[in-house]
Amino acid sequence: METSIWRPIIYLVGIMAFAGVNAAYLGWCERKGAGRIQRRPGPKEVGPAGLLQPLADGIKLMTKQLLVPQGVDGIIFRVAPVIAMIPAITSMVVIPFSGNIQARAMELSVLLLFALASLAMIAILLGGWASGNKYAIISSARAVSQNLAYEIPMLLTVIAIVMISGSMNLRDIAIDQQGGFWHWNIFRFENGHFLYMWVGFIIFFICSIAETNRAPFDMAEAESELVAGFMTEYSSMGFGLFMMGEYLNIVVGACLTATLFLGGWDCPFGQTPGVWWFLLKIYILIFTVIWVRWTFPRTQVYRLLNLSWKILIPFSLVNVLVTAAFIKVF
Amino acid sequence: MTLPVELRHDETFVLNLGPQHPATHGVLRVKLTMDGEYIVHAEPVLGYIHRMHEKIAEAGSFPQFMPNTARMDYLHALAFNHGYALVVEKAAGIEVPERAEYIRVITVELNRIASHLLWWAAFLLDLGGFTPLLYAFDDREKVLDLLERITGSRLTYCYMRFGGVYNDIDDEFIAGTRDFIRRLRSRMPRLYHDLVTHNIILIKRITDIGFISAEQCRRYGATGPVARGSGIDFDVRKNEPYSVYPEFDFDVPVYHECDSMARYMVRVDEMEQSMRIIEQALDKLPDGPVQAKVPKNLKPEAGYYYSAVETARGSLGHRLVCDGGKNPYKLKLRSPTFSNLSLFGEVAEGMLLADALAFMGSLDLVIPEIDR
Repeated sequence: METSIWRPIIYLVGIMAFAGVNAAYLGWCERKGAGRIQRRPGPKEVGPAGLLQPLADGIKLMTKQLLVPQGVDGIIFRVAPVIAMIPAITSMVVIPFSGNIQARAMELSVLLLFALASLAMIAILLGGWASGNKYAIISSARAVSQNLAYEIPMLLTVIAIVMISGSMNLRDIAIDQQGGFWHWNIFRFENGHFLYMWVGFIIFFICSIAETNRAPFDMAEAESELVAGFMTEYSSMGFGLFMMGEYLNIVVGACLTATLFLGGWDCPFGQTPGVWWFLLKIYILIFTVIWVRWTFPRTQVYRLLNLSWKILIPFSLVNVLVTAAFIKVF
Repeated sequence: MTLPVELRHDETFVLNLGPQHPATHGVLRVKLTMDGEYIVHAEPVLGYIHRMHEKIAEAGSFPQFMPNTARMDYLHALAFNHGYALVVEKAAGIEVPERAEYIRVITVELNRIASHLLWWAAFLLDLGGFTPLLYAFDDREKVLDLLERITGSRLTYCYMRFGGVYNDIDDEFIAGTRDFIRRLRSRMPRLYHDLVTHNIILIKRITDIGFISAEQCRRYGATGPVARGSGIDFDVRKNEPYSVYPEFDFDVPVYHECDSMARYMVRVDEMEQSMRIIEQALDKLPDGPVQAKVPKNLKPEAGYYYSAVETARGSLGHRLVCDGGKNPYKLKLRSPTFSNLSLFGEVAEGMLLADALAFMGSLDLVIPEIDR
C-alpha cells in the first residue's frame, strides 16, 4: 500500500475534486432547495436547470478585484480566507468514504478532525479582526464564543462513541457498526440493552449546525444585524473562499455524523455496503441542514450560549456517564 | 498589530447603523454607543431622504399635491391620499357621494392588509426568517393586482379625488376581493400562525423584548399598533370617526403585554378586522356616482383645517392653512412613524444589538414618511 507513488496523487486529486464540486454545487443545491421551499424556481437561466450557475458565479468572483480597504491589516486580511478553506479540505483526508476508499486511516483521526475544525474558527477571527470593521469584529467575537461553547458538547458525545468502539480511528468506528441499521451507533443494542445514543446523535447534529455557523445559529453572519458579519469587507474570491469553506465544513460535519452515528458506508439492511450509502447519508444530512436554515428564524446570542452551557453540556455529560456505566456493567 | 476598534475611555465605541443597513429598511441612520454588544445610547439621525414635500405643497395647486402624498408612506399610500382628500374637502366644503366613501374604505383597508403583510414579511426577515417573506408577498401580490385594476398603479397610488375617487369599481374587482379574503382567511391559521406565530424561536425572540409602557407611548405621542400593543385603546377610525367607518362593525385589537409580541399580534389581528370591514362594505355598497361636482379651481376660505386618519402605522394628521388662494398656504403633516421612532432611543438603551433591531422591526418604520 505504501509502495505506490500513485496512491497519494490519486487521493489528492480525488479529494480536491470532491471538495471543489461540493463547495460549488452545494451553493446551487441550497439555492434550488430554498427556491422550492419558498415556492419559486431558484436559479434556472444559466445552463439546464441552472446547473452552470456555480461556474458563472465562480468566474464572476474570480474576475472581480479583491478590494483591500484602507486601515486593514493587509497580510492577515488576505490569508484568512485561505485558512478558512485549508482545514476543511484537509479533514477529507481521514474520512472513510467506504471500506477501501480512504486516503489515510490514522489512529487518531477523530482528534485530528476536531483540531482542524477549531482552525476554521481562527479563520473567522482573523478575517473579522483584520477587516477593522466594527460589524466584523462583533461577528468574530460571537463566532469564537459560539464555537467554544459548542465544541465541548460535541467532543463529549464523541467520547461516548469512542468508548463504545474502543478506537479513535474513524475507519474502526465505522467497521464496528457494519451489518445493518441495528448495529449503527444511533440505534445501538449492546448485549441486548438499548443504549440511548440517539440523544448523543441529536446533540451532535445540533452542535455541528452551530459549529458551521448555519441558521438558526448563524450569529456570525446575521445579515440583518451585522450586514455580512466577518465577511463585510471581503469581495471577490476572498468572499468566495469563505463561502466555499462554509459549505465544506458542512460536508465534513455531515461525513463525521454519518461515520460516527449512521454506520458510515454500511447499508441499512446489511447487504450491499458501499460508498453510495455513505454519499446518500451525507446528502440527506446536508439537505436537513439546508431545510432547517430556510424554515427557522435566527436565535439570540445569549440563548444560543444558554442552550449549549445549560442544556447540551449537562446532557452530553450524563450521556457519557450512562454510556460508561453500561459498558462497565454489561 | 493594530486594534480593529478604537475604544473610548469608558470602553464604549460608536457604531453607525446605517444610513445603508439591511435592518433599517431605508436610509435611516442610528448612532449607537455600544458597550460590547450592549447599547448604551441610541440616537436616530434623520434627514437622508428629506424631499420637502410640505414645501412642495405650497408651490402647487390643491390637486397637484395629491401624487406626493403617496410618496411618503409608500406602503399605505391610499390612507395618505385619503387624509389629504379629507382635509381639502373639509376646507372647500365638498360633499362626497356615498358610493365613493365606501370605495375609499374598501381600497384603504385592502391597502392596510398589504401594508401589514409586508411588515410581517420584513419583520421576519429582520429576525432571520427568509421563507415567510415569499409567502406573504404571494398574498400581497393579490392585493396589488386588485388595486392595480382600479387605481392604475401598484404602489404609489393617486386614486382619491376631492369629492370622490378616480375610478369606479366593477364586479370583477368585487369578486376578486371576496376571493382574496377567502384565500387569506384559509392561509392565515396554517401558514402564518402554525409556521411562524407559534414557532418557539420566534416566541422567545420577541416576547418580553422591547417593553414600551403606556406612559411612554403618551409621552412620545406613539399611535397605531405600537400604542395598541401597550394597552392604549385608541384608533382614529373608532375614536374620531371619519368617512363611513361608523357604519361598520369591527373591533380594535388591544394587547396589554407592551412587548414586541403584543405589537406583532395587534397587526396580525388587524388584518382580520380589515377583512371584516371590507366584507361589510362590499355587502352594503350603494349605487350612485363616485365623483361629486367640484369647481375646477379650488379656492377654500381662509382658515385652519385638520383631518386625522388611521394608517397602518398610526394616526396621520393633515393640518392645512388656507389664505383664500389657489395654493395651500401651509400644509403640515403629523406622521405616525416619526413619533413611533422617537421612542427607539429611550427603549433601546441597555438592549443587545440583535434585540434592538428586532424591536426596531416591530415599530414598523417607513423612512420616507418620517423624512418628508
